[in-house]
Amino acid sequence: MKTFAYSRAESPEAAVAAGGRFIAGGTNLLDLMKLQIETPESLVDISRLDLAKIEEREDGGLTIGALVPNSDLAADPRVIAGYPVLSRALLAGASGQLRNKASTGGNLLQRTRCYYFYDKATACNKREPGTGCSAIGGVNRILAILGTSEHCIATHPSDMAVAMRALDATIVTLKSDGDRRRIAIGEFYRLPGDTPQIENVLEAGELITHVELPTPPKGEQLYRKVRDRASYAFALVSVAGIVSVEDGKIASAALAFGGLGPMPWRDPAVEAALIGQAPSDAAFAAAADALLKDAKGYGTNDFKIPLTRRTLIASLRELTGVSA
Amino acid sequence: MQFTINGETHDVEPDIRASLLDVLREHVGLTGTKKGCDHGQCGACTVLVNGRRINSCLTLAVMHQDDDILTIEGLGSADNLHPMQAAFVKHDGYQCGYCTPGQICSAVGMLDEVKKGWPSHVSDKLDSVSLSNDEISERMSGNLCRCSAYPNIVDAISEVSGLTPAQKEAADA
Amino acid sequence: MSTTNALKMDKPVPDSLLDTSTQGIIGKPLDRKEGPLKVSGAATYAAEYQIENLAYGVLVGAPFGKGKITGIDSDVAKALPGVIDVVTDFDKFLTTPAQGLAPKAPQGVENVQYFGEIVAIVLAESFEAARDAAQQVVINHEAADDGRYDFEALKGEAEKPAKGDIPSHFSQGDLDKAMTDAPVTLDVTFTTPSQNSAAMEPHASIATWDDSGMLTLHGSYQMPGNDVEQLAAALGVSKSKVRIVARYVGGGFGSKLGIAPESVAAALAAKALGRPVKAVMARQQVFDATVRRSNTEQRIRLAATADGKLTAMGHETLTSNLPDDDYFEPTGQATHFMYAAENREINHDIVRLDWLLSGSMRAPGEAVGMLALEGAMDELAEKLGIDPIEFRKINEPEMDPEKGVPHSSRELVRCMDVGATSFGWDKRNATPGTRREGEWLVGIGMAAAARANMLQPSEARVTLSATGRATVETDMTDIGTGTYTILGQIAGEVLGLPLEHVDVELGDTNFPTAAGSGGSFGAGSSGTSVYLAAEAIREKIAKAMGVDVDALTLKDGHAVADNRRVPLGELAGEGIVAIGSIKPGKQEKEKTQSSYGAHFAEVGVNAVTGEVRVRRMLGVFAAGRILNAKTARSQCLGGMTFGIGTALTEDLIHDPRNGKLVNRDLAEYHLPVNADVPQLEVEFLEERDIHANPMHAKGIGELGISGAGAAIANAVYNATGIRVRDYPLTLDKILEGLPEL
Repeated sequence: MKTFAYSRAESPEAAVAAGGRFIAGGTNLLDLMKLQIETPESLVDISRLDLAKIEEREDGGLTIGALVPNSDLAADPRVIAGYPVLSRALLAGASGQLRNKASTGGNLLQRTRCYYFYDKATACNKREPGTGCSAIGGVNRILAILGTSEHCIATHPSDMAVAMRALDATIVTLKSDGDRRRIAIGEFYRLPGDTPQIENVLEAGELITHVELPTPPKGEQLYRKVRDRASYAFALVSVAGIVSVEDGKIASAALAFGGLGPMPWRDPAVEAALIGQAPSDAAFAAAADALLKDAKGYGTNDFKIPLTRRTLIASLRELTGVSA
Repeated sequence: MQFTINGETHDVEPDIRASLLDVLREHVGLTGTKKGCDHGQCGACTVLVNGRRINSCLTLAVMHQDDDILTIEGLGSADNLHPMQAAFVKHDGYQCGYCTPGQICSAVGMLDEVKKGWPSHVSDKLDSVSLSNDEISERMSGNLCRCSAYPNIVDAISEVSGLTPAQKEAADA
Repeated sequence: MSTTNALKMDKPVPDSLLDTSTQGIIGKPLDRKEGPLKVSGAATYAAEYQIENLAYGVLVGAPFGKGKITGIDSDVAKALPGVIDVVTDFDKFLTTPAQGLAPKAPQGVENVQYFGEIVAIVLAESFEAARDAAQQVVINHEAADDGRYDFEALKGEAEKPAKGDIPSHFSQGDLDKAMTDAPVTLDVTFTTPSQNSAAMEPHASIATWDDSGMLTLHGSYQMPGNDVEQLAAALGVSKSKVRIVARYVGGGFGSKLGIAPESVAAALAAKALGRPVKAVMARQQVFDATVRRSNTEQRIRLAATADGKLTAMGHETLTSNLPDDDYFEPTGQATHFMYAAENREINHDIVRLDWLLSGSMRAPGEAVGMLALEGAMDELAEKLGIDPIEFRKINEPEMDPEKGVPHSSRELVRCMDVGATSFGWDKRNATPGTRREGEWLVGIGMAAAARANMLQPSEARVTLSATGRATVETDMTDIGTGTYTILGQIAGEVLGLPLEHVDVELGDTNFPTAAGSGGSFGAGSSGTSVYLAAEAIREKIAKAMGVDVDALTLKDGHAVADNRRVPLGELAGEGIVAIGSIKPGKQEKEKTQSSYGAHFAEVGVNAVTGEVRVRRMLGVFAAGRILNAKTARSQCLGGMTFGIGTALTEDLIHDPRNGKLVNRDLAEYHLPVNADVPQLEVEFLEERDIHANPMHAKGIGELGISGAGAAIANAVYNATGIRVRDYPLTLDKILEGLPEL
């Protein structure tokens, strides 16, 4: 860890004015700072800001403070009642200790768990732009099959963000000039392209202050995570699904995926393949086809393609009550 | 910097980069809290901060100057064991002992989470939680034990939680 | 003044004091003596001694594979605030850890052998400064153009290891002919990956030199008596000038048998600085630069008659290691004596690779060898249409099938029978893939377990004081094995003292030299030394009482004989001191000694994803006298869990482009977590082995892992009909064979 200037912000406005790197839970940032993958010159401690509340809005949605710890968010009765997919996703992630510390805003900004990103003795375009990607042609069992580029095949590791993508969350920020922004989660993350080091649309010094959830969606909700251990492991594949069926037809569907791409993945074609159809294996297979149309395996992660297909179909069966 | 640890105030001057874990071990002399990985991947460093279990390796000490920090040494001593510590001895919930303080702090924090009604990944229902062996195992999965005292750890926690064998069986079924 | 009671195990010892004594503590499930210290954080591990004027050392690993260092640029590192120095020694730094029981550790780091090799140590006033500076040290190098990093590509070039303690090749009869002649045969190849012991306490040393040139190393080591020789040799000082203290060791599992790079680096740095140095390996360095279990490729050939009698067994293994190290994973160790078969071939060859050292990890040999053998036995049983337990019984050898000597004690059949009843083996459907519960395919599997029993030279001192308390002193370690407790129980049982009246001091080379913790020989060897010392004291007590030792009863701190009951303290005078000394002898040649067991596992395999979860698991074990039923059970739980990790999750991945470890942390090297492990069950069978030692106890620390993973893999087959021979059984290997959704 390189040394840094430390200050504690007294307000969000003071935090963005301080012009440093924000630290809240620190569970990912400090992990990376110890390895000097992150080397901020100054840290602005935002952990004591008044951003740890969950509030109901008049429109029936929820506004979640960026500092709400993952464990509190998962256990909140309003989240459990209206957004169980979010509770389930949070509870599938990390460990009890980490969830107690990790914040809502920080979770959205988690960096990849790619083996090579974590190892400074190797080339990595995300860590050191222009050095190359060791994962392509290397060991990539846990890495992405969707949205990759020739420069990077990293995955986004969050479970929470996958559920939020399915829930159409909005990320509210405060910019360093004092302006506020509201960013739809679908617009928040960036594909790697030839700049894999840039992972989202936040500007320098821009602070996530809240995450807004719309009114609880209709239908059934599910979060299914497939991983190598029964607990405390990152997703190989995960599915956040929200599906409603009316009059024997799928009326609405929101499906987001973890472990597959550089961002919590959502593809309108998947939902288009389902909406208006009677729930059936044929419709589910069409949705899987749509999702995986451009999927590309890199060797040891090839298995993710059939695994995703099977996991999606089984998830849709569960969401719609169709049995095999 | 000033810290409140196990009810006592400590004034120390660590490097700004020091983790809470390293302050405990290297500056305050409380080596009961262990360093197993230093990256939040093993749970050996678990302590209770304001009653919540956290990985002390993944947090800067400087951020905890206003907090109430409880370590294994504050939970109980060799001649005055906390019930969870005594249960670990009785059920052989350890072998080499290195992950043990973290397991015990984690278990204490975990039971408090259950008391608050927090669900877990294996809870059937999110809004009504009852403890079972599966629940204990899932909730304790952030604490690795390579000697693998896991079954004994579950028994120890189960005893402290007040679960009778019959209740456990019913909850597991 | 002390007497020595020495024994060489040349003859069986049919009568054990542990059977005639009356204190009644031996074998009992007593709580660990040191338990209250461990659960309260008061047990002191290597890096936790409070030592004045300590400098913090952080190790620097080479960020490249095989190559020659052309220069180390440490200017930037040294200029950082708080940094004291950057120390290296191209001749003396360890290039790899020492193998367990080896006289010396390999030294010299100018020519780097493998990615991550430790080449320097940065010293600073704080850990934070040292850690930062270590990352600023630049190691310039010329890469070697002959680096060997790809096992698959190079396995054709395997070579026979140099002659060592364990023969690498064995042949009897004509395997090829038997394979041709037999009506039923099997020829299958299993692979297992590299693994890491991953003890929870990273390797750590604090080195302190005193004015007389004496080095004290607080280290995390399994065999201080041997480690002290390795350390003295590495530093070029007399063994009498080095002391190792390892009172508590946070797990070892083989990785702390020999000295590791941090010990020599700390000692050299402390010498250079003239102040104590603490060096703790980062977790990633424990992966990169200590020791791994070798990956293996194991071909098993079995031939049988139609009624299931084995006529031939072949077990040919490729392991890997560095060019200059002839250690090989002895996968065939139990194959030698498990089953009868006339024609036999058991070979081990080494593929030379520039990967980190391979060496001992819990049950070297059986741990992965039995995955192959017991998997193959399951396959052949099915081919023959014979129940797997019955098949093993048919091939139970009356004598060692190679040496022709008897087994010292062997309860394999009873283990299988007892386990079958307890576990409900009769409910297993022999047709795979037929039991489904919702999304889960459910199956049951079993495997036999065996772990060769060993005895090593070991000494201990026992003192009976005038207060009537006994003290045991030996440099034996307790690495979680229960040594503090069982040595206290042995001394207490023989001397008639409650456990609370026996003090046990371990892990200090100032004490008599013990076997150390390794190879499951720790309890048998060090326990016997305590037994012998206590036996000598018992004789002195008899003499003090003026009675024949056979007429003496010792109980609850009193000697009873001749209608008298005298407190032991009164008979101890100014104290009775005795040394017990055990050495292996002819018994290990005249009898084949092993502990045995049977594993039973029930697994669920998710029919959608291929995820495997162990639902139930039982191990039934016979390992001679059980010295403490509680700690012995815990050892077995631990071994069985290693088996779960081996079967399902543990896979240390090398990048074939440079040999470096890819998943070098505990997030991606998947040890089983609590949720992976059900409430395992353990049963012990009553057994005594008079050929093993006077306690009649055999090793147990590694028995639980031997065969455990095979029972799980066999259960996965029973659940799904999918036979995965490439460990671990991660879902990607199962997915393809699953039924259509």
